Amino acid sequence: MDKITCNFVVNGSAEEVSFPPNRTLLHMLREDLLFHGVREGCSHGECGSCNVILDGKLVNACLILAAEADGLEILTVEGMADGEDLHPIQQAFVDESGMQCGACTTGMILSTKNLLDANPDPSREEIKDALAGNFCRCTGYAKIFESVEAAAETMKGGQQ
Amino acid sequence: MSDQPAKIGDNWPNLIGKRLPRVDAVEKVNGDAKYAGDFNMAGQLWMKILRSPHAHAKIISIDASKALDMPGVKAVVTAEDFKGWSWGWGPQTRDETPLAEGKVRYFAEAVAAVAAEDEETAEEACALIDVVYEELPGIFDAEEAMQDGAPQVHDYVENNQSWDFHMDYGDVEKGFAEADLVREDRFETGRTLTGFLEPPAAVAQYDTAGITIYAAKQSPYFIYRQLASCFKLPLSKVRVIQPYVGGGFGGTKNDSTAGDFCAVMLAKKTKRPVKFVYNMEEVLTTCRRRHNMIVDCKMGMKKDGTITAVQTKVIADGGAYTAIGPLTMYLTGIMTTLPYKLDNYKHDAYRIFTNHPVSAAMRGHGVTHTRFAAEIQMEKMADELGIDPVEVRMKNAIEAPHETINGITVDTCGLKEGLEIVSSSTAWKDKDKNKKDGPVVRGVGISGTSHLGGARQRGHQSCAAIVRLCEDGTVNYLTGASDAGQGSDTVLVQLVAEELGLTMEDVTIQRVDTAVTPVDNGSYGSRVTILAGQAAQKAAQEVKRQLAEAAAKVWQVDAEKILFNDRTVFVDGDPDKSMPFRKLTQIACYSESGAVIMGKGYSEYGIEKMDFEKGYGNPGVNYSFTSQLSAVDVDLETGMVKAKDFLIAHDCGRPLHPVNVEAQTQGAASQGLGQALYENFKMHEGRTMNSTMVNYMMPLSTEHPDFELHDIITDDPHGPFGAKEASEGSIISTPPSIVSAIHDATGIWFTKLPVTPEKIVLALKEKKERENAQKKESE
Repeated sequence: MDKITCNFVVNGSAEEVSFPPNRTLLHMLREDLLFHGVREGCSHGECGSCNVILDGKLVNACLILAAEADGLEILTVEGMADGEDLHPIQQAFVDESGMQCGACTTGMILSTKNLLDANPDPSREEIKDALAGNFCRCTGYAKIFESVEAAAETMKGGQQ
Repeated sequence: MSDQPAKIGDNWPNLIGKRLPRVDAVEKVNGDAKYAGDFNMAGQLWMKILRSPHAHAKIISIDASKALDMPGVKAVVTAEDFKGWSWGWGPQTRDETPLAEGKVRYFAEAVAAVAAEDEETAEEACALIDVVYEELPGIFDAEEAMQDGAPQVHDYVENNQSWDFHMDYGDVEKGFAEADLVREDRFETGRTLTGFLEPPAAVAQYDTAGITIYAAKQSPYFIYRQLASCFKLPLSKVRVIQPYVGGGFGGTKNDSTAGDFCAVMLAKKTKRPVKFVYNMEEVLTTCRRRHNMIVDCKMGMKKDGTITAVQTKVIADGGAYTAIGPLTMYLTGIMTTLPYKLDNYKHDAYRIFTNHPVSAAMRGHGVTHTRFAAEIQMEKMADELGIDPVEVRMKNAIEAPHETINGITVDTCGLKEGLEIVSSSTAWKDKDKNKKDGPVVRGVGISGTSHLGGARQRGHQSCAAIVRLCEDGTVNYLTGASDAGQGSDTVLVQLVAEELGLTMEDVTIQRVDTAVTPVDNGSYGSRVTILAGQAAQKAAQEVKRQLAEAAAKVWQVDAEKILFNDRTVFVDGDPDKSMPFRKLTQIACYSESGAVIMGKGYSEYGIEKMDFEKGYGNPGVNYSFTSQLSAVDVDLETGMVKAKDFLIAHDCGRPLHPVNVEAQTQGAASQGLGQALYENFKMHEGRTMNSTMVNYMMPLSTEHPDFELHDIITDDPHGPFGAKEASEGSIISTPPSIVSAIHDATGIWFTKLPVTPEKIVLALKEKKERENAQKKESE
């Protein structure tokens, strides 16, 4: 299959990547750019473990062709921290132990960012709804909800 | 606490019992944590597996020539390459070959594998392999499979009986004769997915040094032994490296997969590394799943609620191969004598081969089925006798110390305390007040269950640790134990740091690399904290002993007077004699040329004899007790059930890492919720109809209730710092408490899991028709 070449801005860096036209955004990020924080779970848009923020919107990278993202900005979990300083959402997941195996965690964090960007002070019910596309088998979600609430609290205090 | 070191300073223990961050937290939130599928080796090929389109068929021929001619394809393997090698539970049950040999026994069983330059080429090449099958009649129902004349899954196994297990203690007939009420009911548990989010994956290399494989395993030493056996290599030439593991929950990741063997064989053939990642459909159609079981339960009860006898018969759909099934059968029986007093107990369990994917272990292994049946039956009978659900449990609950009729010894038990917590809650006391009129009705139910910790597998218990001191006072801790997400790495580091008086940051864990770390059975049966925990403690104590000798020389005192706390070493009762831990390390390491300080330790818990065949003796080191209240809303019109509140009082002895204990209890209850209400593979002629995460329903964020958790501290003498298990108890307590809550809301006892909306609507309709008919009759 002939390759096509596209340009992206991933976590603030310009990238030119060549790939077969049927490559998904997920596989382009994982296999071509080695962003392994973008995880592959169900490959059907059901589990959310491949969540990234594309052009400001939360997407399942497994459902989008890489070519569709040509020219757009992509944020993966690797782009969240400021150097060694974790993003307040990441820090909240550390502090509240909002993870066990970690397979869903990176997607969960981007989903949380998507929620808190739009709604800085969500209720428990709004958090549940916002994370309904992120499957977690380990935690029973309680510590994840607490992490999101802790992140909202910190970010309200002006930390970004 | 017994058998523990003396208290050192006011702040001891420094780390045990504290709400510390997990040692793997940062890597897991910033994307650094590497899982098996994240590893790549230079020059690697990709592998895909060709799977059977039939549930039961003879393989007449396999022609891979077209696939091999395809550009980019490097090699194909079939059963021939493995020369008849097979694996399984014991010598007489090694019935599974890496690739189907002569016959396929379940739909999507692996038949051949291709290695190619990329994954797509490998997949396309699979489609070019020409396999000629001769279809055979399949058998898809365990009870039918037991009948004479049923199709045989394995030619040498009559009536498809994979394994049977029997227990007979006391005199059940005498027990039933003494009872005022005897009931017989049939229960059924679902076929469920373990549900890990990281599919099996590995990258394997085979060269003159032997095998090197990065694989997603919760028991990496199982595949280590299996690969050595399959490839006829000494164990010293099999290197299994375990990356982060994206969930396990038993079964698949405790075992090898077809993919593992094929990747190594293809690496051997091509002399290049070979990588594979299963897709989620392969997981749902071919990975080990929980046994679907029919449990016929007979119980005798006196008017006052005393249980006089229990007799159970289990028929389990084992699928096509044995796997770890014999242990499952053992566990269905062994634990029924807990947590209620029982003098007369008989159990017969039959694991049956069918043309279904293989059934194996899953969290709450074996225990969850029979405990569900006994809990519901006990409550049904109490209901008939007009006894309150709490009262019947309190009446029968064991108290420590206790020895069951089959020789299980319990030294600590917080069941009654847990039941008191649950029943004194307002949710329980006000349950009738809160019921609501409908169509949505609130139901509240309870349960009281038990699980083993520190599991033993027919006595084989290897579990060791090495603690290696670095010259700067930091520590490498080498363990064979595996953290599949449950948080055991954190607890083990905590134990090492606690023993040495260090901080969490001072101790770095070396995860499994079989070339380096000591043998361990891995993560199953809630064994890691208890067994690997003790090994870690002992290894750290050995380092401490060597350091104390060095300090004793410096200060000219008895080594026993040297204490370690807060990164400081000091002489007991002489505060002037103290120095930083780092300084003592350097004195000790540099005292003689080449002094190297290492400590090793191994677990001694639970090595007394047991009788596996008769189900006598301890299956674990100690036993947890879980009391649970579940509140659910049942919509009487749609049958939809929504879990609202879970109140769980768990006796894990002592929570070493309270956050992990909470998280494990919540997570196990979440899986129990799935089992109770949603999860079941729908099978048709051997095919898994709900083979994606879109249509196999597992609970999501919106399905989860609020949790209220209580720790019951009992300080068990057989666990490190008093610990017992905390990772499986609530998967056992959740389904019966939910089914009891649904009964509270609907007046109907459901006996088949999962209790889906269809079942509820149909049962309500039948109930109404029955009531109407009775009304008519009385008119």
